[in-house]
Amino acid sequence: MPGFLQAVFEPGFFASGPVHAALLTGAVVALISGAVGVFTVLRSQSFAGHSLADLGTLGGSGAFLFGIGPLWGFISAGIAVGGAMDLAGSERRSARDVSTGIVLGAVLGLSALLLYFDTTSSSTTGVTITVLFGSLFAISGYTLPATVSFAVLGLGLLTLLYRPLLLSSVSPDLAAARGVRIRLLGLIFMITMGITVALASLIVGTILSPALLIGPAATALRLTRRPMAAMAIAGALGTVATWLGVLLAYDSYHWPPVGNGWPVSFFVITLIFAAYLGSGVRFRRAAQATRRTPHEVIEAV
Amino acid sequence: MTGTSNEIAPRGPENVLALDEVSIRLGGRQVLDQVSFALAAGEFTGLIGSNGAGKTTLLRIVMGLRAADAGTVRVGGKPLTRRARGVGYVPQKIQIEPDAPLRARDLIALGLDGEKLGPRLPSRQRRATVEQMLDAVDATRFADERVGTLSGGEQQRILIAHALIGRPRLLLMDEPLANLDLRSGQEIVELTSRVARDQSVAVLLSAHDINPLLPVMDKVVYLAEGRAACGTTDQVVRSEVLSGLYRHPVSVLRVDGRILVVAGSTVTADTLPADTSPANGERANGEPLAVQA
Amino acid sequence: MFAPFMTDTWITASIVAVIAALVGFFVVLRGAAFTAHAVPNAAFAGAAGASLVGVSSLAGLGVFSVGGALLIGLLSRKGRHDAVTALIVAFMLGLGALFLSWSTEYAPEIYSLLFGEVLGISANDVGLTAILALACLVVLAASYRPLMLSSTLPEVAEARGISSLRIDLLFLTLLALAATMAVPVVGALLMFSLMVGPPAAARAVTKHPAPAMTLAVVLALVTVWIAIAASYQTNWPIGFFVGVGSAAWYLVARVSAALFHL
Repeated sequence: MPGFLQAVFEPGFFASGPVHAALLTGAVVALISGAVGVFTVLRSQSFAGHSLADLGTLGGSGAFLFGIGPLWGFISAGIAVGGAMDLAGSERRSARDVSTGIVLGAVLGLSALLLYFDTTSSSTTGVTITVLFGSLFAISGYTLPATVSFAVLGLGLLTLLYRPLLLSSVSPDLAAARGVRIRLLGLIFMITMGITVALASLIVGTILSPALLIGPAATALRLTRRPMAAMAIAGALGTVATWLGVLLAYDSYHWPPVGNGWPVSFFVITLIFAAYLGSGVRFRRAAQATRRTPHEVIEAV
Repeated sequence: MTGTSNEIAPRGPENVLALDEVSIRLGGRQVLDQVSFALAAGEFTGLIGSNGAGKTTLLRIVMGLRAADAGTVRVGGKPLTRRARGVGYVPQKIQIEPDAPLRARDLIALGLDGEKLGPRLPSRQRRATVEQMLDAVDATRFADERVGTLSGGEQQRILIAHALIGRPRLLLMDEPLANLDLRSGQEIVELTSRVARDQSVAVLLSAHDINPLLPVMDKVVYLAEGRAACGTTDQVVRSEVLSGLYRHPVSVLRVDGRILVVAGSTVTADTLPADTSPANGERANGEPLAVQA
Repeated sequence: MFAPFMTDTWITASIVAVIAALVGFFVVLRGAAFTAHAVPNAAFAGAAGASLVGVSSLAGLGVFSVGGALLIGLLSRKGRHDAVTALIVAFMLGLGALFLSWSTEYAPEIYSLLFGEVLGISANDVGLTAILALACLVVLAASYRPLMLSSTLPEVAEARGISSLRIDLLFLTLLALAATMAVPVVGALLMFSLMVGPPAAARAVTKHPAPAMTLAVVLALVTVWIAIAASYQTNWPIGFFVGVGSAAWYLVARVSAALFHL
């Protein structure tokens, strides 16, 4: 048994400082991502997640020019853009259409330029990778307490606003009739989503952050019908995926090509993807067991 | 032209809902023009009018979601505040994905405390109340299904339960029959009438076709061209009254117990609005006529 | 910038621009924005894998792109963008990052595959690119009418025996081939801009297909040429000029259309 454990947990895993930071950061970010992700899917605002992520790329790239860590770039972009998007009245069911895509293309082009400046002006290589694919093992300094604080803040907000948010996501009229201030609530939620995408970008990078937001949530939705349970399951799935990802990335230093280590984000995304596929089996079986099959469901709607 | 109102239901503090000369102008059109009527406790009232007649606007004003340009709304004798307490609302339809994690019973429970902040502690009392409502609307068999997978009629039942669980005194329903087939529509009307009677709730149900409501309606408010006529079906749904509302010849035909409203007249020029002003508004058989000119 | 070693770049880029604009025209027509984002990301993974194995980039790219495109496209057919497709796209990107992490040129490779590279095409591939492009053009010319009909009036097309499934497959294959050619030059993240920007701008100005397609091709060519020239001079990434340039054309077109009531 000890031999097996040693094979799974390469030596030094539990003692390593960066690993501790990675595990803690990964867990809190996964928890908030799961909770916000469920609401994002409920409100059909997944497209907003993509837009926030792309703009986070700009923020993260720019942050390096000012010598500050990527988190602050992501967060500023997330809050500013989240607020702006809500104020601009982004429609609930607006698909990722042509105009948005073109604008975001310009944003990405600009990010490319900033990243170019980053790599040429400073001696930090790998800025591109840090921004686009995450830097979970490079959490240092104030980033760790800041990340945890933001995540806890986000979770606190969701707990406080849980019921009105749920009701207004189902029907704004029903919520407004009960005195809920739906515009303010929508704004707060958008900003929370911006913060969450920023935190997720820290772990898996901006390109993959929408997957961390939506993947565990989408899986959880297939496994349960209760809102609270969905948020808990999504958070748990994300945490497991992140922790396993950290472990595998650590171990992979000994895998070919030796000394390199595979990217954490690859493991995390693959595990999330695998979990979603795995839930498909159970979902189909469960649906057949009740009186509603997937086909009946489509027709009923 | 202002008319004096001549209400069937007496104005009094016991009126669950009272509108007094409510007017609103939207998009260059006078959507509601000095509309007045009152509902007493437990009355089932149909708000009838064609599409665009202003039914939804009126309901939204009563709910406090929109402010009228003029006139007052009183709920239970008190002027309307930002949030109309004691008023339940059933929207026409809700947009929700089939895989959204919200069971029927969850949505109903939100009718009790959907606006409160903070986490919700489990409560046996609440569970029991939700079960009662599920039973009342005959929805127990799909209580644990996702709201997004329910049929139109099933969703309506859940929305009704959501609206009634807080024991309101007034229930507003926005065109519940619009997206339902005939049978489901009939079931919803009967169900609403039954539950409303059990709980002594006044109901204001908007529709563009009066016929499904005929069996259960106590009163009707007929909305046309921004003007309203209020009374029993026999009093209001008559060629003369509706022609007065539309300011255009309209005929009311009764076929087989059903009512048909068609444009064009079997009414001569002599019997148009001028003759039906309240001053000499008594009909030959002495029934008073309630009409806004 | 017109030195001999740059000739390949000019030729390849021009070919890429033409094909991207033509395929992009149909992307806009069919409202396939999501797919147009997803397929280049599959191509990214293919390019990463190919550069690792040392296979001529285009071959590996082509296989991966077409496979990925068909998979993603078929799954998106239901209309609703499932989480599946988004997760597959993310997985492709992660896979690409993995492949590149095994190479020695991790950071620069990622950068050039995502944001474009002026010298992105080797001499061997120019020929292959030209052949692929020719094949695309032939297919487009041959299937122009069924493609147009199916894209604008799908039910009518079905009634006339044009299977929408086959048109979808055709379209996705064209999209994949366009991605195969374009990703090494303009980058996976900016390919959408090049594909969609010029046609969207053209459509804002004219609704007639032939002028729109011509204008789209012209705009795309100009964008790419400016991008190469500017990138050569300043060393700034090609993707920057492509992304900003496409958006600029789109903005100008929309404003002009509004001003002149087109």
